[in-house]
Amino acid sequence: MKSPKETQGKAPTGIAGFDEITNGGLPQGRATLLVGGPGSGKTIFGVQFLKHGAEVCQQPGIFVAFEESPKRLIENFKSFGWNLADLQATKVYFLDAQPMPDMIHVGAFDLSGLLAVLSAKIKQMGAVRIVFDALDNILAMLPDETARRLEMNRLHLWLLDHQMTALITAKEGGNDTSSAGQPFGFMQFMVDCSVVLNHRVDLGVSQRNIRVEKYRGSGFNEDESPFVIGKNGFDVAMARSLGRDDASVTNERVSSGVKRLDTMLGGGYFRGASVLITGFPGTAKTTLSGAFAEACCKRGERTMFVSFDSDGSEVVRNLTSVGIRLARFVDSGCLRMVSARTFTGSAETLLVHIRTIAEEHRALCVVVDPVSALAKVGNELTAHAVVERLIDWSKGAGITVVCTSLLDEISSEAHNRTPLQISTIADTWIHLNYLVQAGERNRGMSIVKSRGTEHSNQVRELILSKEGVTLADIFTAGGEVLMGTLRWEKESAERVASEVAEVSAKLKRVSLDAQEAELEVRSKSLKTELLAKRTEKELLARATESRKRELSGVRARMRELRGADAAQPAKAAKSKKRAKS
Amino acid sequence: MTHSDTFTFRLYVADETSNSAQAIANLRAICNRYLPGRHNIELVNVFKEPDRAMEDRIFMTPTLVKLAPCPVERIVGTLSQTNLVLQVLGLEELAA
Repeated sequence: MKSPKETQGKAPTGIAGFDEITNGGLPQGRATLLVGGPGSGKTIFGVQFLKHGAEVCQQPGIFVAFEESPKRLIENFKSFGWNLADLQATKVYFLDAQPMPDMIHVGAFDLSGLLAVLSAKIKQMGAVRIVFDALDNILAMLPDETARRLEMNRLHLWLLDHQMTALITAKEGGNDTSSAGQPFGFMQFMVDCSVVLNHRVDLGVSQRNIRVEKYRGSGFNEDESPFVIGKNGFDVAMARSLGRDDASVTNERVSSGVKRLDTMLGGGYFRGASVLITGFPGTAKTTLSGAFAEACCKRGERTMFVSFDSDGSEVVRNLTSVGIRLARFVDSGCLRMVSARTFTGSAETLLVHIRTIAEEHRALCVVVDPVSALAKVGNELTAHAVVERLIDWSKGAGITVVCTSLLDEISSEAHNRTPLQISTIADTWIHLNYLVQAGERNRGMSIVKSRGTEHSNQVRELILSKEGVTLADIFTAGGEVLMGTLRWEKESAERVASEVAEVSAKLKRVSLDAQEAELEVRSKSLKTELLAKRTEKELLARATESRKRELSGVRARMRELRGADAAQPAKAAKSKKRAKS
Repeated sequence: MTHSDTFTFRLYVADETSNSAQAIANLRAICNRYLPGRHNIELVNVFKEPDRAMEDRIFMTPTLVKLAPCPVERIVGTLSQTNLVLQVLGLEELAA
């Protein structure tokens, strides 16, 4: 959509969002008409356009003030932190062109004088941009429609002649949404671009919108876009256009602040992810997000905690009771607590506030507690889009954001959905629930979804103690989930059972030891006996042998003595003996 | 104010635009008729001397400034209604 060729002919306004809508800004060297009711921000738009031109684009500009004195303008814009007096010297010239009150009109007149003065000034300072603020003011002094037309035409030709990038602001009349058919409707056809600002009040909440009505020779976003006039001037809310890149996606994990939850998520949240924690009142949503904030600060990452429910210091105090100590990080400046309870205005305004503070604080992690507060009375229609943009913005900036969201206990139990239906765009959704059982209310926590990470399907019991937040396994018995005291009972029963088993095992081992010892002793005595028997047997054999030897010796001796044949009788004696054994 | 006062006028014009030309003619006619011999007219062309126009904050042309006698008065336009001009100049009694 955005081609470099197209951008060449654009003069960026420096207004966040507006340059996106128009693919680059106002038409360079052409005239733009800006129409809006009183207090719709026309002058701010004009001044911001010139300021950006002077400071960023090296394009000096002239501001022609028909309605307010330059002195007052400069004074007023100090509240935005804009030091126009500095610029005034060389870059932006404020021309006081208010009609003098004591001026008397006799007959027809024209604006040649003004244009002559401006021509000289343009030449002198090399101005490229020009703003005619409240041109209708001076046109009203002209006697009739013909004269007005004539002067507008004169202005038109003059602008063309000077190739100025011009912004003409005018008050609207009657019709809210269109600038045609107004006293100066003719101007519509003279300019190349026309922008309408409108400001209405829905249920007591102010909603501002900007819409580009026409833009010759360029594509533009035709829808009404909400905007706010914030601390730094104009800010047009804008879902980023297609094709714009997010901050680079990483696989880096950031701790949730609860060890077991990290494990359940396979290591923690993804850096830059959006996390949604839903639950009924009192299910420890704030505590869980507080744990996240503490973990971020411990890593030394700049963190912002936006609290809609209670005061920032109250949150810090309350979290101390569950072992989450944030005060030290607030003191060191690492953590910024923002009490948004006092914020008033549209959801749009709140988002801009949040964004501005986060950018000021250079926050890497943001907690919004609860994000459902954006849908307060009068904002139901816009809140959804605002939350989407909050997540979109944080993604673009690589900020890890944890949002809590209140569920209405009655209406949403069955549907299990968040009122803002942001559950679909959040990356990780943790749901906290109560389980009422055996006269107790216990907190259960489960991960409904977590994109791109393995995550546990288990429901865990969330336990808050002085030491901090922990998760406990829950017992399922007979298809029922046990928590709190029941879980404790079950746990202690298991503990007793295992103790008994251990003791009896010990007993058994002792008795076996005894038996073993006894057997060993017995086997030893038997061995000794065996040895004795063997010795005895040997002795017996030896004794027999020697007697035999003795005997045969005697016989041989006798034969010798008798003097007969020697060998034969000995052999016979031997075989006789074998037969015997 | 007496009738002997000399009137000093400065008329800012824009080149030869019709409004400016008419204003010059009308002013001259008024002066010649009602202030013969006691008026000075200075013509300033804003296109030639824009700095002077800026200084005097002249944005609409033609503009007549009566510098003397006091008080200073400014009249914007072609000066086509003579009676009205005389009134502003403090010359009501001369009006026909």
